Amino acid sequence: MATVSMTVNGKAVTGDVEPRTLLVQFLRENLRLTGTHVGCDTSQCGACIVHIDGIAAKACTTLALQVEGASITTIEGLAEPGGKLHPMQEAFREHHGLQCGYCTPGMIMSALDIVRRNGNNLDEHTIRDQLDGNICRCTGYHNIVKAIEAGAKAMAK
Amino acid sequence: MSATGIGAPVRRKEDFRFITGQGQYTDDVTRPGETRAVFVRSPHAHANIKSIDVSAAKTMPGVIDVLTGAQLASDKIGNLICGWMIHSKDGSPMKMSAHPALAATKVNCVGDAVAVVIAVTIAQGKDAAEKVKVDYEVLPAVVDPAKAQAAGAPQIHPDIANNTIYQWHLGEKKDVDVAFAAAKHVTKLDIINNRLVPNAMEPRAALADYDAGTDNLTLWNTSQNPHVARLVISAFIGMAPEHKLRVIAPDVGGGFGSKIFIYPEEVVCLWASRKVKRPVKWTSDRSEAFLTDAHGRDHVTHAELALDANGKILALRAKTIANLGAYMSTFSSSVPTYLYATLLSGQYNIPSIYCEVDAVYTNTAPVDAYRGAGRPEATFVVERLVEVAARQMGIDPADLRRRNFITAFPHQTPVIMAYDAGDYNASLKKAMEIADVKGFAKRKRDAARNGKLRGLGYSTYIEACGIAPSQAVGSLGAGVGLWESAEVRVNPTGSVEVLTGSHAHGQGHETTFAQLVSERLGIPFENVSIVHGDTDKVQFGMGTYGSRSGAVGMSAIVKALDKIEIKAKKVAAFMLEAAEGDIEFKDGKFTVAGTDKSAAFGDVALNAYIAHKFTGAELEPGLKETSFYDPTNFTFPAGCHICELDVDIETGKVDIVNWTAVDDFGTIINPMIVEGQVHGGIAQGVGQALMEGAFYDANGQLVTGSMMDYTMPRAHDLPSFHVGLTETKSPSNPLGMKGCGEAGAIASPAAVINAITDAIGTENIAMPATASAVWTALQKLQAPKAA
Repeated sequence: MATVSMTVNGKAVTGDVEPRTLLVQFLRENLRLTGTHVGCDTSQCGACIVHIDGIAAKACTTLALQVEGASITTIEGLAEPGGKLHPMQEAFREHHGLQCGYCTPGMIMSALDIVRRNGNNLDEHTIRDQLDGNICRCTGYHNIVKAIEAGAKAMAK
Repeated sequence: MSATGIGAPVRRKEDFRFITGQGQYTDDVTRPGETRAVFVRSPHAHANIKSIDVSAAKTMPGVIDVLTGAQLASDKIGNLICGWMIHSKDGSPMKMSAHPALAATKVNCVGDAVAVVIAVTIAQGKDAAEKVKVDYEVLPAVVDPAKAQAAGAPQIHPDIANNTIYQWHLGEKKDVDVAFAAAKHVTKLDIINNRLVPNAMEPRAALADYDAGTDNLTLWNTSQNPHVARLVISAFIGMAPEHKLRVIAPDVGGGFGSKIFIYPEEVVCLWASRKVKRPVKWTSDRSEAFLTDAHGRDHVTHAELALDANGKILALRAKTIANLGAYMSTFSSSVPTYLYATLLSGQYNIPSIYCEVDAVYTNTAPVDAYRGAGRPEATFVVERLVEVAARQMGIDPADLRRRNFITAFPHQTPVIMAYDAGDYNASLKKAMEIADVKGFAKRKRDAARNGKLRGLGYSTYIEACGIAPSQAVGSLGAGVGLWESAEVRVNPTGSVEVLTGSHAHGQGHETTFAQLVSERLGIPFENVSIVHGDTDKVQFGMGTYGSRSGAVGMSAIVKALDKIEIKAKKVAAFMLEAAEGDIEFKDGKFTVAGTDKSAAFGDVALNAYIAHKFTGAELEPGLKETSFYDPTNFTFPAGCHICELDVDIETGKVDIVNWTAVDDFGTIINPMIVEGQVHGGIAQGVGQALMEGAFYDANGQLVTGSMMDYTMPRAHDLPSFHVGLTETKSPSNPLGMKGCGEAGAIASPAAVINAITDAIGTENIAMPATASAVWTALQKLQAPKAA
């Protein structure tokens, strides 16, 4: 076992883990932050996307020990402490960008990274192209694309 | 229409928990003392098990027990079953093999489970699973359904000759043969409907918890129909009496059919939990899902269409071999029979139809219902035949469809179904307008200047949904009735809980069902909660599949609300000191006709519970009603999808440039949710047509066993969609609903393939029409010109 420390959603956490423990396992099982999901085992689907020091990464392909000292944001850390939703979360609800909800946390975390890289005025082509690392089986992406476009604009306000 | 009533695009109640990471899926549930199950699976497609040695595995760290099929058998845990009886044309019953949850003597597909390790952590379980020694005698495998019945093919189940489950037929062969003999034109097609892996984003999972104090078992399970799971696990597998088994299907991350079925893993978790006296959880990883989730489609078909000189269809005949895999999954037998051949009339007036279906075993994963289930296969056969016939006869494809559309209802087809309502010309016309078919020729010329071959393809589909009248499905072999239940509980404060036997796994029932109740009772949308997915709360229900939750599940709610209104009027009559017959109810208010006396719904609810205004002899206190609704017919959603696409001449890559869907779903409760269902369905159908395909090599190894090998549609593979609606009400249920969950997946593959063949000028191309397949087809077409 090894000890790992990091900041998760603004809170310092420490845990004893087997070296092979993945970040997503640490989040889900040690911290009980079950909003980050596992949808595949080949780093394809993006349901596990979190932010590591502000940059999107797949928590299913990251060892917990790799992020020693890092600052992690998960879907649970997006809304304001008072409960006010992040504009991207609001946009997913407003534009019906989710159905079963399983891919949704990864989609939202990925959407925020698309905004970080491309700014707030996103066109459909850019969104579709840069959503390459996320799979949704329910929505056909139509409303996810609309949600991300609107969410990105709302974030500029 | 109120802001939250029927027809309003209300934002979903369920979304808050999902967008904040607070959904509760099965793997998110934990129990004190929980252990993890890791399955030892066969690496061979077909092999005898000579021995299993678990001794080394049992001594590994964290291991609580290692269990095998021999123990399962000695504990008399029953086999998994298929619940729909199909009889062959000679009258003999289908041949269902034994299907133990853990194989004891023989494995029949890669991924067949032979043992299970119960350990404290997954990692310990996986380490120990590698120490289980299984001595296999490997046998030759058969994976191709077209070869499964051949003399000399490997025999999968020793007592089932030629791997043949049934040889079924429907329709009058003689009539069809006469019509073909008289036909001026016959179109023939060989079609493979490719095998698909459903790939709901949440992998299957099961958490079983045995309570030794009460002898009760609880199962959290990724299920679309928890009551059916409980019934089968109790009555057929014999795990526990029905009243000692609770099944909870919490948030479920997509199903598409694959979570209807009862699988070995939940059976083993229940059994293991009782044995080790601790909770046992199994969560599939994606690789296991590819190997063990029931796959979809996998038909090999030869189909023919007979027409007269004017393009009027005279008859259709088809011969299909359906691959059901290594074992018969829960409803597998019904998919290529009563959910397939009964839809071969499409939207057309076809006097005679005959269909033969052979279902076969192969050394592959079981195949069962996947979004559309039989109806996509039927639509693909009909819509490809019609399109090819039109081109061969030099008739505009839309025009040939119009010449053959059914225009009078009810319409009895020659293959069981009685269509109750529809307007197929209306959906075709509207779709052609939205798609600007008139401007297509110009767009095709413009595309050609950019090195693209543009094509346009129609699919005018029909499906049978709202599955279905119990008596009808019973007469066709179903082991269950397909009604739905609802219980409406009005609280003393006037808020309402609806307990429904439907189960939502993305469809938004918590919203749409609440819209119905809000409108009907005139109470705020926020004051309605929908409860589902727990056999301890909901008495019984048939679950969600076959686009049935609106037409059947909501109809049950309507019937229960009718009873609530009757009872509430009695209460109001006592409150308002009026005759019951004078009480009227509108917009949440009870009034006495011809007076200004009134009582709000909430006051009546309170009075129903405090019971101060009537004696027990006059009226029972309380306000709670139940209904079991059995529909009078299937519903028949139908519509027209038009796909316009470009084929890149250099690479064969297909780009969909415009997608138009015009569907008739009858009454719409929430157009936002309906459109979302259409979008998702189209994506799955386009996936089937262009990208997806499960392929086994000759040894039965799944070569598309991960999302790196099996091509899931991604955002950049798809366009935005143009979705429109037409409406004819279904006369078969009180709301006039038809169902929208599967239409997109049913309609779209034929539209894509019709468009590709139009673009490149060929008759047929196999799915998935990958860039490589299209490029190869282009080379063949161009070769004669070059020579």
